[in-house]
Amino acid sequence: MGALQSLPGQPEYIDLAEKTGFSFEQIGVLHKRFKQLSHNGETLRRDHFNEIPDLACNPIRAQIIEAFFDRRNFRQNGEGTVEEIGFEEFLVVMSHFRPPSLHMTEEQRENVRTEKLRFLFNMHDTDNDGTITLEEYRHVVEELLSRSGALGKDTAKSIADAAMLEVASISMGHMEPDEFYEGITFEHFLKLLRGFEIEAKMNIRFLNMDTPTLCK
Amino acid sequence: MAVLRPARRSSAPLLTGVMCALLLLFLPAASASRDFAPADNETWRNPARSTQEEVPHHQTNSTAHKKAFPVLSFNYEHVRKPFEISLWILLALLMKLAFHIIPRVSHVVPESCLLIVVGLLVGGIIKAVDEKAPVFDSKLFFFYLLPPIILDAGYFLPIRPFTENMGTILMFAVVGTLWNAFFIGGTVYGICQIEAAQLGSVDLLSCLLFGSIISAVDPVSVLSLFEEIHINELLHILVFGESLLNDAVTVVLYHLLKEFSHAGSVTVVDAVLGVVCFFVVSLGGVLVGIIYGVLGAFTSRFTSHSRVIEPLFVFLYSYMAYLSAEVFHLSGIMSLIACGVIMRPYVEANISHKSYTTIKYFLKMWSSVSETLMFIFLGVATVEGPHEWNWTFVIFTVFICLVSRVLGVVGLTAIINKFRIVKLSKKDQFIVAYGGLRGAIAFSLGFLLTDNEMKNLFLTAIITVIFFTVFVQGMTIKPLVELLAVKRKKESKGSINEEIHTQFLDHLLTGIEGICGHYGHHHWKDKLNRFNKSYLKKWLISGNRSTEPQLISFYNKMEMKQAMMLVESGSAAKLPRVSSTASMQNIQPKEQPRRRAMPSISKSREQEIRKMLRANLQNTKQRLRSYSRHDLMIDPLEDNVSEVRFRKQRVEMERRMSHYLTVPAKRQEMPSVRKVWFGPEQQVFTYDDSESPGRPAAPARRGPPDAISLLTESPQRTNQRGGTQAANGGATAKAGEQEEQEEQLKLSRFLSDPGPNKEQEEEEQEE
Repeated sequence: MGALQSLPGQPEYIDLAEKTGFSFEQIGVLHKRFKQLSHNGETLRRDHFNEIPDLACNPIRAQIIEAFFDRRNFRQNGEGTVEEIGFEEFLVVMSHFRPPSLHMTEEQRENVRTEKLRFLFNMHDTDNDGTITLEEYRHVVEELLSRSGALGKDTAKSIADAAMLEVASISMGHMEPDEFYEGITFEHFLKLLRGFEIEAKMNIRFLNMDTPTLCK
Repeated sequence: MAVLRPARRSSAPLLTGVMCALLLLFLPAASASRDFAPADNETWRNPARSTQEEVPHHQTNSTAHKKAFPVLSFNYEHVRKPFEISLWILLALLMKLAFHIIPRVSHVVPESCLLIVVGLLVGGIIKAVDEKAPVFDSKLFFFYLLPPIILDAGYFLPIRPFTENMGTILMFAVVGTLWNAFFIGGTVYGICQIEAAQLGSVDLLSCLLFGSIISAVDPVSVLSLFEEIHINELLHILVFGESLLNDAVTVVLYHLLKEFSHAGSVTVVDAVLGVVCFFVVSLGGVLVGIIYGVLGAFTSRFTSHSRVIEPLFVFLYSYMAYLSAEVFHLSGIMSLIACGVIMRPYVEANISHKSYTTIKYFLKMWSSVSETLMFIFLGVATVEGPHEWNWTFVIFTVFICLVSRVLGVVGLTAIINKFRIVKLSKKDQFIVAYGGLRGAIAFSLGFLLTDNEMKNLFLTAIITVIFFTVFVQGMTIKPLVELLAVKRKKESKGSINEEIHTQFLDHLLTGIEGICGHYGHHHWKDKLNRFNKSYLKKWLISGNRSTEPQLISFYNKMEMKQAMMLVESGSAAKLPRVSSTASMQNIQPKEQPRRRAMPSISKSREQEIRKMLRANLQNTKQRLRSYSRHDLMIDPLEDNVSEVRFRKQRVEMERRMSHYLTVPAKRQEMPSVRKVWFGPEQQVFTYDDSESPGRPAAPARRGPPDAISLLTESPQRTNQRGGTQAANGGATAKAGEQEEQEEQLKLSRFLSDPGPNKEQEEEEQEE
């Protein structure tokens, strides 16, 4: 929050602010961080993320990093992954974590919710086929439990299976024994987490950052 | 209840009316006699008791001649005190019951109001018969009535919303209460200066003292009210948290001002000391609570040898925390809450399921009784106590309390919203302001004031404010909540998906914070969790449960709940419908389709198997009934957990069995219905070992129980179960189907005597 150094001029910021909804201050701070992570380069790569010490002990580190390089999160209806991202893409991904403002209509709030849930969905659906299969969900739970050590795979399987059962019963209701539940589509995902109030939970405070005292 | 209502509508009020009348007659008679000399008691009480008592005429008979041996005598003094106490409590509870039976009233009027009204009635009756009511003892209130309620609140405090909103809650509790106290005190003093009110004798310090007593939101009233209106979690925790945490402020202010009003003057040093005192009181209270909480958690680590006394540890450690804090004039309420909060996760991991249920029910029971008694006493004391009514003072006080509360909340929210991610809307602010009820704590504090001419004035005003908030605000908040369409509490069923995603989000947000380089909430929460996992859990949780991640414990709890539901929803013979009709077969990807015909089991065989299962279920039930006072169960089904699981499994299995048996050969593929269930306690199936010693417990050891097998795991399983009968080649092609059959039969073998074994072996050889 001290003096912003020589950063790209205002016009670029205006464009970014419009696109992502951040304020100028927030963009400035994030830009500083971007520069720090990329060692003053123009783009970020995966190994830049791997250098962050705080992320080292996070069980879902790989998925978080992947999310930054996933084209589906760039809001341009792209698909697939990229190898490196610029500041704009960085900001766009970060903008998924902005809190909803106080004066929003119900519809806008619904949009925000859908957007955040979409982000989560993309994180789970690693093969881009539009559904979260049992294998992918098992992988998610395994990663979550990966720090717990001993109990590992079996437990993860049981839990993931139970979770899928739950989704199936919520989305499909009664199923014939011969029917087969392909996987969690985005609609089912929305239905599943409807009561979760994600717009209240999936938020980060973007101001009050003190870049000089940051790690590294 | 709905079914009973039509039939009982005519009789219920009548019945309760009769009950009330009887008890009300009896009670004043009992309690009023407290202050009389024993000689008077007999003559006074005898006529009133004639309907209840046996033959009193024996005594009159015996006075004339030499005293015959008294076959029946009457000695009330003996049991008076416990008798009266029990009678009061019984009356209170009967009243409570009566309200719930009469449906119309309890919807409109909150329980607290009704109880106060009852208290007023009782007080009125006591006064009418011109006796002295039981004295409202502040010591009774603070040492016996208040702790159960606070412990109940603290033990079951929802931690996550509480910590997420801690900043807001603290602001409201500390700054809000201070603002209230000074504003009310100041304006009341201003009013007193007006000549017309004739209150010139009231000085500033007394007014401030009065303000400090009346400013605090009362947890008992808030709890009692908010439980009925089912408001959303955020608002609930804001008001409730505020009511709990403002105790520190109240304690400090009260003692401070009391000292000052004795001393007569205040200096700057005193004010500074006051601030220091506040920190000492609050943090000291929390520290005392933490110490006792850790002690309690540590003790619970070793209680597996004596399960029956486990709940007592929880209660006693908490009560000691409260009393120890009171010794040093620290905040007892905060100490109690800290103790409950700290103790809970570790204790729950250590104690048995029965102890957990016991703790839960005892806490609810005690707090319910306490609350009821408190409101009734409030009513009685209102009717009885010396009053000094001054229109100006009282009306003004009520008005100013409301105004200051609204101003405080609005002002503070304006500041708080700058720091909150999810802002508080106007509707939220209104509910927070409107939900600030005063209650019995204010009254008790007022009672503790030294007797001077102002005490009665203050008490009257306090009572009026309490009545106003409880009655008016209490009754109108429910329709207002509906009118304003405030978000209600969502009925969550403990979904495993939500739990997974909660955890996932936690890690995700921590990660994003790391990427941003921002040490925010999630970062510190993560650090705390890791500290908890690596150090605290090792010390405070016994056995191998110390390494159990939260997701797994949650999952186990859910499974347990489902199992309980299955067991309770009827006997196994009824084949309960499980809510989710999707089963694993719908989810598992179809693997190599196996074409095999299902071996048909004859009808008689099916009947036999069912009978066996049912009989064994009953056997287990009978075995549970006997227990000694020192040991809950001495048979192999020691751990209730495994017993419940076992039952569930049996039920589940029977259901599946009947499903297969009645839908023969329609399918071509083995339904790989798998019970998703995992138990970290590796010692689950002790029953197996005792019943059939010959059989290796291999099926029981691994997670998935042996009743059902899983397609993808069948190769693995046949390796495991080398010793068992599944050795029909063990080939994956046939194994699935056959294992299924065999396991079902095997289970019945475990349950029953070796009789059917021979038949089954024959059958298997056929196949």
